[in-house]
Amino acid sequence: MAEIVLDSVTKQYPDGAVAVRDVDIEIADGEFIILVGPSGCGKSTTLNMIAGLEDITSGELRIGGERVNERAPKDRDIAMVFQSYALYPHMTVKENMAFPLRLAKVDDATVEKKVRDAAEILDLTQHLDRKPSNLSGGQRQRVAMGRAIVRNPKAFLMDEPLSNLDAKLRVQMRTSVSRLQKQLGTTTVYVTHDQTEAMTLGDRVVVMRGGAVQQIGAPQFLYDNPANLFVAGFIGSPAMNFVPAALEHGVLRSALGDVPLTDRVRGLLEGADAPREVIMGLRPEHFEDARLVDEAVRAKGVTFTDHVDVLESMGSDKFAYFSLQGEQATSAELAELAADAGAADVPGGGVSLVARIAATSTAVEGEPADIWFDADKVQLFDPANGRNLTYSG
Amino acid sequence: MAGIGGAVTTGRKARWTVLNVLVVAYALVPVLWIVSLSFKTKETLGDGNFIPRAWTFDNYKAIFSTTEFVRALVNSIGIALIATAVAVVFGTMAAYAIARLDFPGKRLLVGVSLLIAMFPQISLVSPLFEIERSLGLFDTWPGLILPYITFALPLAIYTLSAFFREIPWELEKAAKMDGATPGQAFRRVIAPLAAPGVFTTAILVFIFCWNDFLFAISLTSTEQSRTVPVALSFFTGSSQFEDPTGSIAAAAVVITIPIILFVLFFQRRIVAGLTSGAVKG
Repeated sequence: MAEIVLDSVTKQYPDGAVAVRDVDIEIADGEFIILVGPSGCGKSTTLNMIAGLEDITSGELRIGGERVNERAPKDRDIAMVFQSYALYPHMTVKENMAFPLRLAKVDDATVEKKVRDAAEILDLTQHLDRKPSNLSGGQRQRVAMGRAIVRNPKAFLMDEPLSNLDAKLRVQMRTSVSRLQKQLGTTTVYVTHDQTEAMTLGDRVVVMRGGAVQQIGAPQFLYDNPANLFVAGFIGSPAMNFVPAALEHGVLRSALGDVPLTDRVRGLLEGADAPREVIMGLRPEHFEDARLVDEAVRAKGVTFTDHVDVLESMGSDKFAYFSLQGEQATSAELAELAADAGAADVPGGGVSLVARIAATSTAVEGEPADIWFDADKVQLFDPANGRNLTYSG
Repeated sequence: MAGIGGAVTTGRKARWTVLNVLVVAYALVPVLWIVSLSFKTKETLGDGNFIPRAWTFDNYKAIFSTTEFVRALVNSIGIALIATAVAVVFGTMAAYAIARLDFPGKRLLVGVSLLIAMFPQISLVSPLFEIERSLGLFDTWPGLILPYITFALPLAIYTLSAFFREIPWELEKAAKMDGATPGQAFRRVIAPLAAPGVFTTAILVFIFCWNDFLFAISLTSTEQSRTVPVALSFFTGSSQFEDPTGSIAAAAVVITIPIILFVLFFQRRIVAGLTSGAVKG
């Protein structure tokens, strides 16, 4: 077990393309850290550099205080779980799990014991003599985990280990991965493109984009205080709503009406050197059916009326979708997020707004509804560079 | 439902069986004919009966009593085995490099090896003859092994690199992460998975070497290195007026046997779908 430090680590390919740029991450001993971002953001490359499967172009990687840039993967004492599991198909489950120990020339009795222990933890005992081809997806995934934990490495690296499982199993495995990591207390670096996994699993989350780190922090902190538009749009499901707005005389003019600046927002804006045109960000849960909001509370926010395009009832609450009049908020970050989400492939995407309202709301699809939102919860972003103008980190 | 499905399947099965029998019979008639010839006596050789009226082993006794044939058989087996072994070993390494690595000149290498494979062999016979004579390789085992390897390697590289490409690269990465050196990863993970490919290639290369007539007749002159296909063409009867058909038939049957054995022996190792279960799916 050890801490892992990436000190301005950069990866540049021979053709000049930079996959990872000046990444600084300090991972504490026993910490569970998530690298998250859209495909091509450099998260897997970063993981491969920690593993030693890819060379580090510049910068330093330290594991347990020692520089390991030049060490082969086998000399770094870290284990990796691959997205495809990468089980050895010609070996049984037992042989697969014993493989790292055999390579380390561990004696037979110890191998037997360690494999048994790992199989016990992962509930694989009755499958030890089967070949990977006879296992289900979830079992294969557990064998891959077993192969990693069997030799007590300094750290686990996991490259989207759950993305090949079906949705239900993924949720189950997510909790068991989390439990396993707590139980073993081994430093873990986990790569995913799924923001739900990022939010639920990690002690801290590293959001990456285009090879650079956007923000590092605890999941809740990133959710509440995104450093920029990209983090704001990436973390959270359904995603934050972005509406263009103009700052005029202490009021935000937007398609949702004039939003007064609360003291908190005004205070944060003062030091931020805000431009006139901004992008206003609102989380879906900060909306509510105006009829369900007290008069007193209602005064602290803004109420607008619009047609409900689609109303999805989730049981616990409802998602109301609106099409907004006016311009769509545009920025490089939002374009990238939309591309990653495949928004371009969905016809009639347009500007829409998602509000998460109480299940008791009487809003009807196709009818106008009065929707209230909390003016104190708005986040404002600079469209030019995506910076969060109301960042309070 | 099950009854109807079963009926359809049975009908289909019958049709397929008939078709298969027809195809196999069509392919086997010439082989059976030569087997039949090899068991006929001199007198009944030309009687046109598919099943010999009088059975005899004289033809076999005759060919094994001459050093001409026995020596040629030894040459054939030796040369084909050595050429196969060398071609498969080099082919495996080259194919692995081609499948896994990106190195300058890779396309050129693959292109050139394809070119060699397609080169008409007849156009190389005269230069090879001259080269081997001046190098002292003419009429020796290496004199045949070398050209065989040259022509078998592209074949080996092609077949094997296709097999290597099928093996998920992540397995090798996983082996490295599990603490294997590149050599260990190759020996313990990649090579066992490529085994079907290696055996397939070995069969193909062996058949190519075993069947070659052109090089064998051009680059040999004595029993010292003459292979069976060539020796067959030199068969004569015990006198000038005797027809060697019976001996040729017997020899032809004999030289088919090693091929059949070779294929049967390795076929069992060609287990389809050996890599299934390695990665998702």
